[in-house]
Amino acid sequence: MPYRLLRFALTKKHPEPAFFRQPEKLGTCYDAVIIGGGGHGLAAAYYLAKDHGITNVAVLERGYLGGGNTGRNTTIIRSNYLTPEGVAFYDASVKIWENLSQELDLNLFYSNRGHFTLAHTESAMRTMRWRAEVNKHLRVKSEVVGPDDIKQACPEIDLSCAGHAPILGALYHAPGSVARHDGVAWGYGRAASRMGVEIFQNTEVIGLDIQHDRILGVRTSRGNIKTGKVLSAVAGFTPRITSMAGFRTPIVIHPLQACVSEPMKPWLNTILVSGSLHVYVSQSSRGELVMGASLDPYEIHSTRSTLDFVEGLSGHILDMFPFLSGIKVVRQWAGMADMTPDFAPIMGKTPVEGFYLDAGWGTWGFKATPISGKTMAETIAKDKAPDLVHAFRLTRFAEFELTGEKGAAAVGH
Amino acid sequence: MKLLQCPINGLRPIDEFAFGGEHRDMPDLQSSSDAAWADYVFHRNGAPGVKKEWWYHVPSGIWFIAERNTLTDHVECTYLWGEA
Repeated sequence: MPYRLLRFALTKKHPEPAFFRQPEKLGTCYDAVIIGGGGHGLAAAYYLAKDHGITNVAVLERGYLGGGNTGRNTTIIRSNYLTPEGVAFYDASVKIWENLSQELDLNLFYSNRGHFTLAHTESAMRTMRWRAEVNKHLRVKSEVVGPDDIKQACPEIDLSCAGHAPILGALYHAPGSVARHDGVAWGYGRAASRMGVEIFQNTEVIGLDIQHDRILGVRTSRGNIKTGKVLSAVAGFTPRITSMAGFRTPIVIHPLQACVSEPMKPWLNTILVSGSLHVYVSQSSRGELVMGASLDPYEIHSTRSTLDFVEGLSGHILDMFPFLSGIKVVRQWAGMADMTPDFAPIMGKTPVEGFYLDAGWGTWGFKATPISGKTMAETIAKDKAPDLVHAFRLTRFAEFELTGEKGAAAVGH
Repeated sequence: MKLLQCPINGLRPIDEFAFGGEHRDMPDLQSSSDAAWADYVFHRNGAPGVKKEWWYHVPSGIWFIAERNTLTDHVECTYLWGEA
């Protein structure tokens, strides 16, 4: 054991101070309250302080920091979406991601891998060409590639997928990356805390004080708070919060499951996604294969995992990589995904004045963490959503102006 | 394997069923306002609780109602539409 480490083990002085302050008592009055201490909520707190100088902010987290969907996703970052609104939005996010480790002074293990969306049918190839053209039009690096290019990037793949789903080509997206997801919450939390934001863990919101369609305060398990501005950034708990606020949304909760294999020597450098086989896989910096599939088929408000999921996923992974048959799955888990009918988020103002929604992040929220934080901070500060997220407003449903992102936001449809 | 009670075929593996979403009453097409129609088409009771849902037994083509707690995934009862 290195001497330095031994010295720190024996002393009461720790080499690194705590990541963020943990105030003993909840204040009675804040300029803004953010419900949800995940990546999105903490990023919003950080940009409120940094971009808009609003630092009298409380972040309320029911469990622990980043313990919700921030720590449950498969960490993929990309912007190869289908609609111009989606591509522009996620591309703005990728641009922040690229320098985020430096900005937050924390190594987020941001690793640029390249991202292949495999096509096994002619109709899938048509969608890939469509996405490539929309992406190129908006200066996002995406192109359609053939089986040879896939084989070159990943020699281990069985291009015939055990003979029953031969790969015809792929959408290749060079900026596709992965990052350490809990680090993102911690990095934003630390940076926000340094600027004065107060973070409260184990603090559950039990009610909202609303009068004449205006937010006046938040009731929590640790006392009541007066505030004129509240942001809900709670992923799978959104319907519970909006029912406290007294309005309806199209959000329905489905669990999304994922798992990791035991660690292996690095062999998979790229991120591979297959819509037909309902899988996405990448190798983490620890060597584990991080694997996910499509949504569970019906509504449940729970993070239970199932054997059906690992069975189905393993079968599909073995179609692509038969040599993995001896590799063990070591962990599996689930997150609660708040699904919307058009596979796009719901961001911005609500029927309750001063109450803002950062929701509907379904299965596509992690990659949007920086840009959603930035745009929601602007929405809170100016009481007006920026143009970049106009397409994602809650009223789009009543106006019959859905975004149609389903073809690119998730696997398995 | 989770099982679900089909009112016609009895207890069957959940894999044989498709989820049809929460049962909702359709507003009258002629008299409904645009807002009420949009509310019916898009909005849902997303919060957890016991809900009346449409389920479909795929092999036999039977639609039926299940009353299910979406927090615990416990199915309270299943019956054909109009029979409860």
